Amino acid sequence: MTSSQANPAGSAQSPALTIDALGKKCPIPIIMLAEQINYVPLNAIVAVLADDPAAFTDIPAWCRLKSHHHVASYELPERGWSIHVRRNY
Amino acid sequence: MKPRSRSWAVVCSCSRFVVHSFTLGDTLARTTVAPPRSPRPHRAWCDDWSVAYFDAASTEPLHPQAREALIAALDVGWADPARLYGSARRARMLLEQARTEVAEALGARADEVSFTSSGTQAVHLGVLGTLHGRRRSGRRLVTSAVEHSSVLHAAGIHERDGGSVETVGVGITGAVGAGAFCEAVLAEGTALACLQSANHEVGTVQPVAEVAAACAEAGVPLLVDAAQTAGRMPLPGGWSVLAASAHKWGGPAGVGVLVVRKGTRWRSPLPEDDRERRRVPGFENVPAIVAAAAALRATVAESAVESARLFALVDRVRTEVPRLVPEVEVIGDPVVRAPHIVTFSCLYVEGEALLTELDKAGFSVSSGSSCTASTLRPSHVLEAMGVLTHGNVRVSLPRGTSAADVDRFLTVLPGTVRRIREEAGVKL
Repeated sequence: MTSSQANPAGSAQSPALTIDALGKKCPIPIIMLAEQINYVPLNAIVAVLADDPAAFTDIPAWCRLKSHHHVASYELPERGWSIHVRRNY
Repeated sequence: MKPRSRSWAVVCSCSRFVVHSFTLGDTLARTTVAPPRSPRPHRAWCDDWSVAYFDAASTEPLHPQAREALIAALDVGWADPARLYGSARRARMLLEQARTEVAEALGARADEVSFTSSGTQAVHLGVLGTLHGRRRSGRRLVTSAVEHSSVLHAAGIHERDGGSVETVGVGITGAVGAGAFCEAVLAEGTALACLQSANHEVGTVQPVAEVAAACAEAGVPLLVDAAQTAGRMPLPGGWSVLAASAHKWGGPAGVGVLVVRKGTRWRSPLPEDDRERRRVPGFENVPAIVAAAAALRATVAESAVESARLFALVDRVRTEVPRLVPEVEVIGDPVVRAPHIVTFSCLYVEGEALLTELDKAGFSVSSGSSCTASTLRPSHVLEAMGVLTHGNVRVSLPRGTSAADVDRFLTVLPGTVRRIREEAGVKL
């Protein structure tokens, strides 16, 4: 499994909120994301830190279903990913 | 094909070839055991009549005609079909009759058909044997990202052995891109292309005809894994190697079918012995093979009517689930699909909890969610499609599934999903 982009050193937008879902199994990371995405302003980024392989597939799929934007998924140095989502509405 | 209903039908159908070595009366006296009659004829089979079995894609309940044939053949087909005495000739006669019937149902010649110990073994032998036979033409295998694990594991062996594997991705419906697949086939050094007839988890039918045309153009053999559709749908043409599994069409477990077309180079990757035209090692399970042939004959005869009926029931599930349950994604192609399979994922629901609750409510279903897999990884099929993997349920209807059972499922599901979401504190 590879990240969809290289590490975001100097990427355009840094996350307004980081959700630590490391060690949590799906669907918990997505439940946390769905609850907390409304706490950030429109067009802001939420980063979900997750290491359940299901989250890697399911967060982009959730974005497609809920019309939010999956920006990218970056591999974390230890394990898991930082999955960036932009609030669209 | 004329359905035969007597328990000794298979024995009887080949007895005319047997040369005076046993009396038919003796055989029949031992084999005309009345089969048990189902008290609830609308269900095929179940341990418990209060449970609706919706996991035909894992295994189809034994067809009643297969059961009759199995019991009859246990008595008369037990001897070694490779020997020359009477009981051995009788076993061989049964085996060859079964081979002829399976060949006819699959559109092949009898001498192209070998029986294996499973569908998985048929795939392993089909993939590795064709690659081995064509190793001078190339070492490249082309396949899709959503094949059965037996294909992916055989591909893994090929890679470890120095060969290369090109895995072609799929779109959101689970169908492989025909253009990309054909392009991959046409590349230099392709020894084998391998594509399923329909996906085992989401039911989507693959573009086998287009791929077969590209394979013919390139002179590359195409292996079709027809495990989910053999007996249920007409097979696509143009394949060189075919793999299928009897327990998916209502035969017993332990019988797979490997068909290698005349003119296809194939060499066993295993130590050879004399069985099954040197293609499959080991003593044939003649009674199970006879039962597999009887099940295939019966399933093919019923399929025009039964597959259309199951297709409509699946349509009902596909339409009603998103109407009755909020935040659900129904997965796979709605039209170009196997008749009996439907998969959907419920947002914010744990797959294992959903399976457990549905089991308590009397439904046997399967799931591609990671929490239901021994590996704790989600299904590679759902991953490759990029669809939700959690809260996943696969419903696959066996023959005889009643509309009443499907309706009961649609009644129970919304409350079950709602309760699991409430317990997890999810507010929609």
